[in-house]
Amino acid sequence: MTHRLWSFPGGLHLPGHKALSTGTPIRAAAIPRFLILPLQQHIGAPAKPLVAVGDTVDKGQMIAAAEGYVSAPVHASSSGRVVAIEERPIPHPSGLSGPSIVIETDGKERWGKRKPVADYRSLDPSALRNVIRDAGIVGLGGAGFPAYVKLNPGSHTAVETLVLNGAECEPYITCDDMLMRERADEIVAGARIMRHALQARRCVLGVEDNKPEAIAALGEALERLSEREIEVVPVPTRYPTGGEKQLIKVLTGREVPAQGLPIAVGVVCHNVATAASVHRAVERGEPLISRIVTVTGGGVAAPGNREVLIGTPMAELLQESGGPTPAMSKLIMGGPMMGFTVREPGAPVIKTTNCLLAATAAETGERPGPVLPCIRCGECAKACPVSLLPQQLYWHARAKDFDKAQDHKLFDCIECGCCAYVCPSNLPLVQYFRFAKTEIWTQEREKKKADIARERHEFRQARIEREKAERAARMQKKQAEAAAKEGSGTDDKKAAIKAAMERAKAKRAQAGTEPRNTENLTEAQQRQIAEAEARRARAKAENSTEEN
Amino acid sequence: MLTAILAITALAAVFGLLLGFAAVRFKVESDPVVDKVDAMLPQTQCGQCGFAGCRPYAEAIAAGEADINLCPPGGETVVLALADLLGRDPKPLEGEAKPKMVALIDENTCIGCTLCIQACPVDAILGAAKQMHTVIESECTGCELCVAPCPVDCIEMVPIDESVGTWKWPYPVIPVEQKP
Repeated sequence: MTHRLWSFPGGLHLPGHKALSTGTPIRAAAIPRFLILPLQQHIGAPAKPLVAVGDTVDKGQMIAAAEGYVSAPVHASSSGRVVAIEERPIPHPSGLSGPSIVIETDGKERWGKRKPVADYRSLDPSALRNVIRDAGIVGLGGAGFPAYVKLNPGSHTAVETLVLNGAECEPYITCDDMLMRERADEIVAGARIMRHALQARRCVLGVEDNKPEAIAALGEALERLSEREIEVVPVPTRYPTGGEKQLIKVLTGREVPAQGLPIAVGVVCHNVATAASVHRAVERGEPLISRIVTVTGGGVAAPGNREVLIGTPMAELLQESGGPTPAMSKLIMGGPMMGFTVREPGAPVIKTTNCLLAATAAETGERPGPVLPCIRCGECAKACPVSLLPQQLYWHARAKDFDKAQDHKLFDCIECGCCAYVCPSNLPLVQYFRFAKTEIWTQEREKKKADIARERHEFRQARIEREKAERAARMQKKQAEAAAKEGSGTDDKKAAIKAAMERAKAKRAQAGTEPRNTENLTEAQQRQIAEAEARRARAKAENSTEEN
Repeated sequence: MLTAILAITALAAVFGLLLGFAAVRFKVESDPVVDKVDAMLPQTQCGQCGFAGCRPYAEAIAAGEADINLCPPGGETVVLALADLLGRDPKPLEGEAKPKMVALIDENTCIGCTLCIQACPVDAILGAAKQMHTVIESECTGCELCVAPCPVDCIEMVPIDESVGTWKWPYPVIPVEQKP
């Protein structure tokens, strides 16, 4: 049956350099002496440690638990002893450190208790998702989004198609190709479980047609497992077909809305390696403790794919592959298009490390020529798989005019690097876009913080006002009370005085001691009084004349 | 001629009434410019601009009484945003922009005097009289207002460490080719 295919705009035909690492089968990498397990290897909240320094851990034991909904636990990749929980260099473009659990391995590979699910069909989707969550499975394609979240379509949305992404379009990377060639059964088994968890109507596995061996292997596996519900579809090789939205467009003809999720068009997309690890977690009880990593590039003598324990230092992995040779100029995690430079080779392989490219100067993906001014040729717009205008975005990002950059849909940019690849002026376009994106996120974060600070400040002002008013009200009340008390007190006193005077008067009257010398005066006495009055009047008159 | 005059007069009357009604019905209580300016300020409430907080500074800017370049925590970004909003010419920042900091109380030295609690504009210090105080780091705006009142000098401003979550891609630097 031929499957109808659609197309996306732009894109490039890039030299693959894939044969470099597909010549040898997948080999298990050595167990390192120290495993460094960062608490954040996924998108979402960092995991919370469950062990302490000095604890002995078994292989597959959960050593850090998921915090919140979007998060993933971390498991011990091998048995040993926890020797440190501290900041260690992590693989991140910043070269910064992050909290990590360091395990000294004992080489015994002693497994903890494994609890495989006998029949996944007997579990309901939500219980199945919990098994997948507890196994710490995240998207292994590179983004590292917790897989169980993506396996929860929500109660209102029906999933029509489960797309499994085996496109692997980026040059140099072959880990999914080798996985499909060698472990197709695991992928098919994982796809069945995922389909059950999602209750998806159909399942399509998209593989770029430059991997005929993988397509054949998958076909055989489907035959062997007599699986008719899953369809393997070869898709034309064109970068970036492996982008989630691009692959969905190619396989279903549906366009995922800008800044929306595939579930909006009834599709859920997972990487093939994620499917294989889902199978291991559910049917073998093995959490995500190892992954296949492509070690390639001119900087290693023996490129190839390795099954690596998560937490293995990159430097040791390079050494095992006969590197780094003096030809290596840069160590890149991921491919030359979308990867980033690892500044500290002591950083460990994490769940999202699909490829280590020990790149020679010619392989770094950087343009060789000098950077020239933009000539507005429009090649970048032709190459853009999201139909953006990279040149406009470039001008706005360069001028730090972030509002305009957002008007030009900066956040729909998938940073695939097609624009920079075709730019005749060798402009580092993606660097500008990444700069603008992180700058906008910082501004938003600061804005949020400022809003909280404003709210707290206003609340504090209001509280101070209120307390002041309350204090004033209390004072007033107190004063009023005091005044009332005082007022009534004087009345009492007056009354008491009056009463006392009355009593004294009554007593005197009773005793008959009232002076009675002003009544019944004699003639002489009357005269004396009159004389005294006259003297007083005279003196008064004299005084007034003197004054005048 | 007369019809035209009448028509225009009638239209003028109708729209005048409409505008009058709208002015009453949709009256905006506070000055929107103040709100817009306030929204741009970093809300550290530090008073480095010479005003009692971000809102008073916003009010002064809106009234045309203050310059737009007085906010060191906001830095050049705020100056440019304000210049853009108000149509004024951007000016170089007064004072110097510092890296983001948070207050840290040395818990061995703190005597529990509550003076810093009273100084904190965003209630980011926790404590009580004669009890040890501590700064709620996530709420601290780094305004430094708590540093001066401390009688035992136990508050220190420490720069915030860059983490993977706050790290930014650098602005691309293009080396200039030297011509021989």
